[in-house]
Amino acid sequence: MARAFTPKVVTANDLLEGDVIYLTEDDRWSRELTEAELITDEAHAQVRLLDASRQANKIVGAYLADAIAGDNGPEPTHFREDFRRTGPSNYAHGKQESSPQPRA
Amino acid sequence: MYRYSEFDTAFLAERNAQFRAQVERRIDGSLTEDEFKPLRLMNGLYLQLHAYMLRVAIPYGTLSSAQMRQLALLAEKWDKGYGHFTTRQNIQYNWPKLNDVPDMLDALAEFGMHAIQTSGNTIRNVTADHFAGAAADEVADPRPYAELLRQWSTDHPEFQFMPRKFKIAITGSENDRAVIKAHDIGLQLVERDGVLGARVIVGGGLGRTPMIGKELSEFVAFDDLLAYLEATVSVWNQIGRRDNKYKARIKITVHEHGIDAIRAKVNERFLQVRPQFKGADMALLVEIKGHFAPPAFREGSVASFESAYTNDPVFRSWVDTNIAPHKNADHAIVTISIKKHGQTPGDATAEQMRVMADLAEEFAYDELRISHEQNVILPHVHKSDLPAIHARLKEHELATANVGLISDIIACPGMDYCALATARSIPVAQEIATRFDDLKLEHDIGHLKIKISGCINACGHHHVGHIGILGLDRAGVENYQITLGGDATETAAVGDRTGPGFAYDEIVPAVERIVDTYLEQRDSAEETFLETYRRVGMAPFKAALYPEAQANAA
Repeated sequence: MARAFTPKVVTANDLLEGDVIYLTEDDRWSRELTEAELITDEAHAQVRLLDASRQANKIVGAYLADAIAGDNGPEPTHFREDFRRTGPSNYAHGKQESSPQPRA
Repeated sequence: MYRYSEFDTAFLAERNAQFRAQVERRIDGSLTEDEFKPLRLMNGLYLQLHAYMLRVAIPYGTLSSAQMRQLALLAEKWDKGYGHFTTRQNIQYNWPKLNDVPDMLDALAEFGMHAIQTSGNTIRNVTADHFAGAAADEVADPRPYAELLRQWSTDHPEFQFMPRKFKIAITGSENDRAVIKAHDIGLQLVERDGVLGARVIVGGGLGRTPMIGKELSEFVAFDDLLAYLEATVSVWNQIGRRDNKYKARIKITVHEHGIDAIRAKVNERFLQVRPQFKGADMALLVEIKGHFAPPAFREGSVASFESAYTNDPVFRSWVDTNIAPHKNADHAIVTISIKKHGQTPGDATAEQMRVMADLAEEFAYDELRISHEQNVILPHVHKSDLPAIHARLKEHELATANVGLISDIIACPGMDYCALATARSIPVAQEIATRFDDLKLEHDIGHLKIKISGCINACGHHHVGHIGILGLDRAGVENYQITLGGDATETAAVGDRTGPGFAYDEIVPAVERIVDTYLEQRDSAEETFLETYRRVGMAPFKAALYPEAQANAA
């Protein structure tokens, strides 16, 4: 039996700013993980990753990251993605600077 | 201080113009990321977790006050007001924007600095003893030779496509402060029958396969050294493994072929290479040496220093930890700790950089050094100026008296910044420092080096820490392995693993148990942690760390 597919979001870094961005359902790039499209189908995930990779003049290094549905949208399942959506822990820099997002 | 020639200046200007055009072509879509990535890496530009990162070389750790002020300007103008000094005498800016990087590089070039070969499979920034030119125990200042190596290795046509990166460190002292045995090539200047040369160590390195370097040659005279190094790198470039990046470093080549076989190949290659070196390198070395002439050390009474030392306990404590002997008896080497308890090891604000630059200009013959231990050094200070320097440092949170102590921790950026990291290192360092400061035990514990890496690549040198901490991702949770008994000096050793790792919230208590065990076991206050460990071995530490295992075995 095939293993259950873990839901995914498409994430990358912005070409100019270098910060973390997420692909939304309506084909925008958002700075907020909560606005990302949570993809629950494996084939659709591959299509969305291809959609993202075509935008090479805007983004760098698109990949599929594991996520789960939360009350306000997708949430990370791994601490690396948790850091990516907030910022470093030694200063309130990165995404914590503009939009406070207490770590789960 | 080395001053750029017209050639250096023109070379850098051209290189920066090329990179500016490459950035423009990336942004307008003419270059893909796959095409652009090797170009940006050649110029020190990484993409990390949250942003780009620009790694600027500080060759052999030496800076003038004007250069330090320029580093401060970059931090303020294009970053978030601070810079991070690394374990390879570089400075990293964690938040630049792609569009700004060409301007940052031009601003660096104005003051004779660059980010070339701070990444990629090239010969990286040549590091040196941070006390070079000042240490009482040195045979000769290694920096002129380090500068010669910088010029030789920069854009060297044969060495731009190597199996992997290549790191060289150089020291002029028997007491190794440059970790030469953990470098691809380590050089120790030695004098034999009045001829200056180097002992050549090869095949050291940390990372996933830590190795202590082996002696390739006990003495190569300066006249032959560059040809000999070219032969060494060339042999590895030819036979080093390109099939597996984890087996590509010269340490693996030396390990697989054996040091004797490598030596034979190097000697053979040396005979071919040597005729190409017709003495131009030695002429250049003589010229470079002129740039590093020692300052005219001023004379004067040291009475004010002695009276402050006697009367001011805070000053005395700082002198006892942060001052090292200078070759001129009336002078001292000052290590400025940028590791105030609870701060990020190696970070300095733009304001702190300017304060240190001002102090260098006023009191220290305009020189600063960056150490691989992530501190800043004023290499030449007349002792009578120490009280004034200390007073100024206190005003800017730079007077922490902890050099060589438990809170003087080396830590890589870890998962707070680095895309390769598997766990965080910075908060672990912050919490250890804060904890032992609260306990007021630091000075009683004495000389103890903790080194922390956030992944097996070991930028935090954990293998050679007296206590080494390695952060890993174990089943989606941060987990920290501990090693004991590592040593980064001339008696270099790789530490031994204690056993299973510890969770994030268990690692500081585990370090505390190790330190408590040391305090119980040491035979006097003079016996250092490393000496105690070497005498009593792992057993008592293991018993303290894993009481359950002991109980189960009983």
